[in-house]
Amino acid sequence: MTRCLFTIWLVLIFGIMKLPMESSLAAQDRQLRFGNVEWNLDLREKLGQLGFVAALSGFRSIVADALFIQANVAWEKTEWGRVLLLFRQVTTLQPRAVLFWDMAAWHMAWNASVAALNDPAQSRQALRIKAQREYFALGKDFLERGIKNNPDRPQLYESLARLYKEKYKDHAHASEFFAKAAALAHAPSYDKRFSAYELSYCEGREREAYDRLHQLYQMGENERLPTLITRLKFLENKLDIPQNERIPDRTR
Amino acid sequence: MDVPHRALSLGRIAAIAINTLTELTRQKVFYVLLIFALLLIGSSAFLARFTFQQEFQILKDISLGAMSIFTSLLAIVATARLIPQDVEDRTVYTILAKPVPRFEYLFGKLSGVLLLLAISVLLMSAMFVVILYAHEQTALRETARHFAGAPREQLDDALRIVRSSALNADIFPGIAIIYLKACLLSALSLFVSTFASTTIFTTVVMAFIYFIGHLQATAREYWLHENSAGWIARAFFAVVALIFPDLQAFNLIDDIVAGAAIPLALFAKTAVLGAFYVAIYTLLATYLFYGKEL
Repeated sequence: MTRCLFTIWLVLIFGIMKLPMESSLAAQDRQLRFGNVEWNLDLREKLGQLGFVAALSGFRSIVADALFIQANVAWEKTEWGRVLLLFRQVTTLQPRAVLFWDMAAWHMAWNASVAALNDPAQSRQALRIKAQREYFALGKDFLERGIKNNPDRPQLYESLARLYKEKYKDHAHASEFFAKAAALAHAPSYDKRFSAYELSYCEGREREAYDRLHQLYQMGENERLPTLITRLKFLENKLDIPQNERIPDRTR
Repeated sequence: MDVPHRALSLGRIAAIAINTLTELTRQKVFYVLLIFALLLIGSSAFLARFTFQQEFQILKDISLGAMSIFTSLLAIVATARLIPQDVEDRTVYTILAKPVPRFEYLFGKLSGVLLLLAISVLLMSAMFVVILYAHEQTALRETARHFAGAPREQLDDALRIVRSSALNADIFPGIAIIYLKACLLSALSLFVSTFASTTIFTTVVMAFIYFIGHLQATAREYWLHENSAGWIARAFFAVVALIFPDLQAFNLIDDIVAGAAIPLALFAKTAVLGAFYVAIYTLLATYLFYGKEL
């Protein structure tokens, strides 16, 4: 009995000893997982029953994968509401997986939006366009939240730039996000070019676009791709650049 | 010639460890590896529907998740039966009747299980790496074919993305932490089994500890930071936080698979915490085992 009580006493002492270590580790882990997102008990409550179950079993990522597969099945059946719900759960469980944010945004802005625009059940075009716009906004929201959770990864900035370019035809924002992607470590080399291309479509910013494209052109043969040359020539004409400052008439 | 008896003999511990490992191997525990292999091959079949990035993500999640489940199960089940089985077979009396101190017997037993876990983790990791490498090579070939006419720079970018999504060095610290978590569960099972009378009791208690351990961090936060909770609730959370280990701290693999690089400091701290738990639970088990009437 004495030995038993002494053991309980030892367990409690050990518990007090391990507390600072556990707390410090948890703080560091939270910083890694959520970056600058404030982790508080309210956020933890928002995870809901699903997150709770996943946390209980300790297999958050596997639960997220299972839901991701379900979301794919829902997509095949074009059940857009379910796709949205499942992707919200997936991204809540695995906020550091860029792929899930990207896929969620793609499904909303590219697939669900097209389905909404061509919805045979809705006869009024204005409502179909409204629904399409709502799906664009959902896609944008996924990408913006994804970026907040993963500010150090270029993929989501690129996806948001593409969304601005292709869905909103907003070249200024597209250029801005391609530039943000290009500024990050491990960004693909084309991000810088794409940012300049998009800027070349912005009314009133032609000079800035010309300078950036010209700077890229000067970097050597690798940068002198057909689109870059086409956009540069377009701007040379638009800005009325003197003949002696223009690039030679040749393509790769 | 008489050999003087030493208080601590690594040779005796090693003999007990090897004996334990042999015994566990005869129990066909390695069948778990067969299930793991089937799971890997089976999951590959439906992964064909996804892009290579999705495929790698799911393959890594399933493989590392399965590795974590199997090693945890193996650790609990293999350790839970060590002492009750020896008592039932009367082997423990034969061993302890010889000049073998009780702590050597326990260390030897635990070392045998840890050795078994190490072999299992190594074999599972090897299978996982081979499968992932095969998928990576297929994705690289397909990407190279797809970008056959594209400029060199674009091809290099595409191949770099494939490589970064597949096998990377960050996975290995994650696997090491999975092993450490299994060692912790093994040491804790040993501690529980020193006062438990049957294997089933230890296994059930460990199942509860496993689930509560994953919520310990939540209880700790409530206890330390939530002032609005009543004193009964806070006392309950305090007990949970003090008694149970924080198993959630060992789930680094979720973030590694998601593409986050684990800082060396975080890995080292987790490893130290794991080693600390193992050492403390083993010492507590030894203390209780000395008082056990055999």
